[in-house]
Amino acid sequence: MSDLDAFRAEIRAWLEENCPPEMREPVRGDDDMCWGGRKFQFKNEAQKLWLERCAAKGYTVPEWPKPYGGAGMSAAEAKIWREEMHRINARPPLSSFGIWMLGPALLKFGTEEQKVHYLNQIARGEIRWCQGYSEPGSGSDLVSLQTYGEDKGDHWVVNGQKIWTSYANKADWIFCLVRTDKANKYQGISFLLFDMESPGVSTKPILLISGSSPFCETFFDNVKVPKHQIVGDLNRGWDVAKYLLGHEREMISGAGGNDRLNTIGAVLSREGLEDPLLRAELAMFDVDALAFSAMGEKFLDEIKVGKAHPAQPNMMKYAGTELNKRRYELLMAGGGSAALEWDSEASDGGSRPRAWLRTKANSIEGGTSEVMLNVISKRILDLPGA
Amino acid sequence: MPLYHTEDQAMLADTARQFMAGEGAIAKQLRHWRDTNCKDGFGHALWKQFAELGFTGILVDEADGGLGMGHVEAGIVLEEIGRNLTPSPFLTSSVMAATALGGASAETKGRYLPGLLSGDSVFAVAIDEGAKHRPERIATRAQRAGNGFSISGAKAFVVHGGSADMLVVAARTSGSDEDHDGITLFAVPRDASGLSQDVVRLVDSSMASHVKLDNVAVDADAVIGEVDGGRELLNRMLNAGRVGAAAESVGVAGGAFDMTTAYLKQRKQFGQLIGEFQALQHRAAHLYSEVEIARAAVIKAQQLLDAGSEKADLMVSVAKAKAGKAAGLAVREGVQMHGGIGMTDEYDIGLYMKRDRALAEFMGDLYYHADRVAKMSGY
Repeated sequence: MSDLDAFRAEIRAWLEENCPPEMREPVRGDDDMCWGGRKFQFKNEAQKLWLERCAAKGYTVPEWPKPYGGAGMSAAEAKIWREEMHRINARPPLSSFGIWMLGPALLKFGTEEQKVHYLNQIARGEIRWCQGYSEPGSGSDLVSLQTYGEDKGDHWVVNGQKIWTSYANKADWIFCLVRTDKANKYQGISFLLFDMESPGVSTKPILLISGSSPFCETFFDNVKVPKHQIVGDLNRGWDVAKYLLGHEREMISGAGGNDRLNTIGAVLSREGLEDPLLRAELAMFDVDALAFSAMGEKFLDEIKVGKAHPAQPNMMKYAGTELNKRRYELLMAGGGSAALEWDSEASDGGSRPRAWLRTKANSIEGGTSEVMLNVISKRILDLPGA
Repeated sequence: MPLYHTEDQAMLADTARQFMAGEGAIAKQLRHWRDTNCKDGFGHALWKQFAELGFTGILVDEADGGLGMGHVEAGIVLEEIGRNLTPSPFLTSSVMAATALGGASAETKGRYLPGLLSGDSVFAVAIDEGAKHRPERIATRAQRAGNGFSISGAKAFVVHGGSADMLVVAARTSGSDEDHDGITLFAVPRDASGLSQDVVRLVDSSMASHVKLDNVAVDADAVIGEVDGGRELLNRMLNAGRVGAAAESVGVAGGAFDMTTAYLKQRKQFGQLIGEFQALQHRAAHLYSEVEIARAAVIKAQQLLDAGSEKADLMVSVAKAKAGKAAGLAVREGVQMHGGIGMTDEYDIGLYMKRDRALAEFMGDLYYHADRVAKMSGY
């Protein structure tokens, strides 16, 4: 038996013993996910237990080094971990922007002290993070952001407004792009971390077309941020932001063998699939979806060994989000009028039409499809003037 | 297994890339044989070089004198074939026929594999009986006669049929046309009595034939595999051909894409490079994404086939369909973005469009395989 086979056996046995049966049920909605944080209400005891057991072993962030709360797994071991989780349909013990976005940025740009402090909090699910990037006047043109941090010696005083801050009203801390030099566009932005309970921070949820409010407007009115809460160098926050956007795009792309991307035709045929033209469209979609799931697997394999093009997450984000939008168009068409019900019990509170509307943001948030195509043109295809 | 090439596979890819871009280049092979009206559509000297490089033995077991590699390795060669539009019987002989013979008795292997490996015998596969790929229905019949069989029927669009020494013929030894069982594979020599061919040139300058079998007598040892139980071996041969054609399609797509992006960086209109226009940049970027995804689907299918996974059937159809989709887009965008010169015979981009069209049909097109994906997914 090879080392990896032994590792697989060990993981399999641990999961068998420690993953509660309730945590092997499919995730039905956002409230089945464990987001962690000071304000988080566990849905049941199993969810809490599952988080605690995984956190104790470093399994919430299997590839992070042990001193930072991870299990120090190699790429090959982490792949086995994911496969074994998938095999028993185990839910992720913890989902968070801290794991997907801030963590990787801290691992690359953080000081040792910051890594030990913040990464362990993230790994244990103690602090829930939100991301302060977009502003009302700075969407695709993010680098034009205006939120300003005035230098006051040992701290900055931050004033301004962010928008589309996901779950700002539920988050404990924010990682935030703040202008610290008005004379310099790209090299005048710093990457700051601060507590959402700091005096002067307020949030206001935005009601979306889906009827829910996952995003907020976030206001900063003379918020004091100590100098040691900067990640990376002063005025070099754009480097951190770009690196982190890569991880965000990877996450939104659905890479990582997301089962939701598999054979939608099988889902709809259970509801009765009578239209041959719709069946044909579903079949064409399923070809694209299954091919993309292979792409997701290939991308993750390549990124682990540095074989992926550094701008490849932009391609993944573009293709993955466009695919997901198509998927929901077909789910709506397949559901017919039943997919229009907005709040009935039969429709699970209109879960399908709400999800359909939610997917329209996929190709806008984290960089629009058009911006992704610009980046691919410039950085991968090296087209002129792009 | 990670979805990228191992070091050994990367070395093979380097060899294949250099060889195909050099000896197998469009001007040296495809255009040369087309313009000299070659009846075979490919060069036998080049084919001998394929054998000398060991390419003909990629899918033949080491015990049988081959290299004992897999579909990933065959696909590496095919991708470079596609990129250079190199005409050769590699796909029919070294991929499909070699896969069929892998399921033959030791005696049958001993009879046919040496020639297949040395490149002295070229193999073609005679499966389809109409203009569309429909291997579920096989009407060609083989009846027991004396010590062997007598085969009668018609096979359509047999690629390289006219130049092949041997044809692997799928015939029915029992049951009715649509039955799953009752299929037997035969090795039939081109010059067998009662076998006649009408050779036609296709849009991509490859040669295919309409084969008539009129009481063709073969010995019992012409049987490859089991009598009546050949469907499984036929499917194995089909999977090999499909994933192989998909790999070649990815090469065609890559070749057309590279030509096109190079042109975008060179052609000026309105006082600027046309590659500066966002309308073209976005289409090129979308195309890049489609080709990348197709390549991922193909390597996934190759690995599943090599691992003998039960998921291989599904992924092979996904790969053939997706590669066809991506390559079709690549050649259409390629011709359009080249503008007027894309319509000229002098520029190679049109040759990519023609090859893509022929590959799209070979072993089932996008629609056939998307339908198969749906059926395998239960709808």
